[in-house]
Amino acid sequence: MASSLLIISRQAPWNGPSAREALDIALAGGAFDLPLGMLFLDDGVFQLASGQQPALLQQKNLAANLQALPMFGVEELFACAHSLQQRGLDGSTLELPVQVLDDAALRALIARFDQVVTL
Amino acid sequence: MKFAIAVFSPAHAPSSRRALRFAEAALAGGHEITRLFFYQDGVHSASANVVAPQDEQDVAAQWRSFVSHHQLDAVVCIAAALRRGVLDEAEANRYQRPAVNLPKPWELSGLGQLHEAAQVADRLVCFGGD
Repeated sequence: MASSLLIISRQAPWNGPSAREALDIALAGGAFDLPLGMLFLDDGVFQLASGQQPALLQQKNLAANLQALPMFGVEELFACAHSLQQRGLDGSTLELPVQVLDDAALRALIARFDQVVTL
Repeated sequence: MKFAIAVFSPAHAPSSRRALRFAEAALAGGHEITRLFFYQDGVHSASANVVAPQDEQDVAAQWRSFVSHHQLDAVVCIAAALRRGVLDEAEANRYQRPAVNLPKPWELSGLGQLHEAAQVADRLVCFGGD
């Protein structure tokens, strides 16, 4: 059986290419039909905030690329409840259908995957 | 044990040096490195144009000689490398850039190589990251 990979994305979408490069790992793996999960942690939860206007920063919109995750077969999507709360984000108004996890659930999630990449 | 090692930081970062020392120790301990994968700013760890001060470690040169000496499979992500100006001869020609800073033993390839490495190895160990 293919080994599973959890990608932990920790950077805000406006903080350089990191968020996009984490997403690219997920999309590439999805194209190979691998068992993948993606967790948005720390500033990475800002990627999920709705109503962003990246054009004002002369940046591309990451949200459109994030929407491709389920189409690429990456349906295990998670966000850290604590990270959301710290940043004043409401888990019910996010751009992606993520499961919001508390710290204990995060530990279980990370333990469940064979490999973990944090970016 | 089979290790795949991913490096996300440039040669001047402590984590690139730690990754190299880990890789050396893995081989010295009788383990196998199935692939090294350089992504994000890690592509700078493979650059041939790094010039370290004389009284400091030249980690980029150490990576190069380590990979050559052990004939390791060392992949640099092409998308991450192009974005950061780390080019082999083919890409420098393709985009008409004046310099090549990724000669052999490195290989430019895609993210599929990271996934394949994660599948083949017993452990994927990452260094750097934000």
